[in-house]
Amino acid sequence: MKEMTVQATLENIEAVTDFVNAELDRLDCPAHARAQIDIAIDELFGNIARYAYDPQEGPATVRIETQENPQRVILTFTDHGVKYNPLLKEDPELPKKARERSIGGLGIFMVKNMMDDMAYEYKDGMNILSICRIIDQSEKKAH
Amino acid sequence: MLNPAQIDRWQNGLEEDGMKAEFQKNGTTLSVKPEGRMDAATSPELESLIRAQMEGMTEIIIDLENVEYLSSGGLRILLSLTQDMEEKDGRLKVIHGNRNIMEVFEISHFTDLLTIE
Repeated sequence: MKEMTVQATLENIEAVTDFVNAELDRLDCPAHARAQIDIAIDELFGNIARYAYDPQEGPATVRIETQENPQRVILTFTDHGVKYNPLLKEDPELPKKARERSIGGLGIFMVKNMMDDMAYEYKDGMNILSICRIIDQSEKKAH
Repeated sequence: MLNPAQIDRWQNGLEEDGMKAEFQKNGTTLSVKPEGRMDAATSPELESLIRAQMEGMTEIIIDLENVEYLSSGGLRILLSLTQDMEEKDGRLKVIHGNRNIMEVFEISHFTDLLTIE
């Protein structure tokens, strides 16, 4: 298990992504799973950066751990900003016309679709959001 | 393919704060080739770079060949530009999206909105 605590800002998304990618490389994570995990970081850490402490700033911790059988990566995002459970957000409507579309809610919707599991709890004044992605080495062959 | 003789503008490696994109104009078609990730951090800047070049254009082609992936931040730009282009009977086309990008288009149903080649 490794973790990193940084100020939750959009500028720090890259540092968090690099931190996680270094661990994924160590696991020989297939490129497709890695891209999905990177997208999830962008959406979830981005949300914390934008909303958790608005209009101020505050810290967020990102923890990465692995489990076996099947091999999977679990990322946990923790902040002590405003209480928010993204899993309660309704899936967005997806009308076919561009002018009827908005982008709201798409980020979480995509993360739900790309990850194998997501969990949220609010504990001791902290939002604790976990995502789990199975690392299937056979994905490499499909790529 | 663009005829080099028709190119009236070429900016190579325009870069600010890590977002890199090539711009090319051919008549009223603007081609944009961004590089890296189209995410929450890089997308606002890419959008303003594109908007600075958009005047009088009837078609925008976004070449995603050098884009690793895009998040909802990248979708936001594509939607906003598509809405503006459709408003003036123009269009936006995306080309060369990799598997990660096509998957994002499919999950978000952007396949219904965008011209994808």
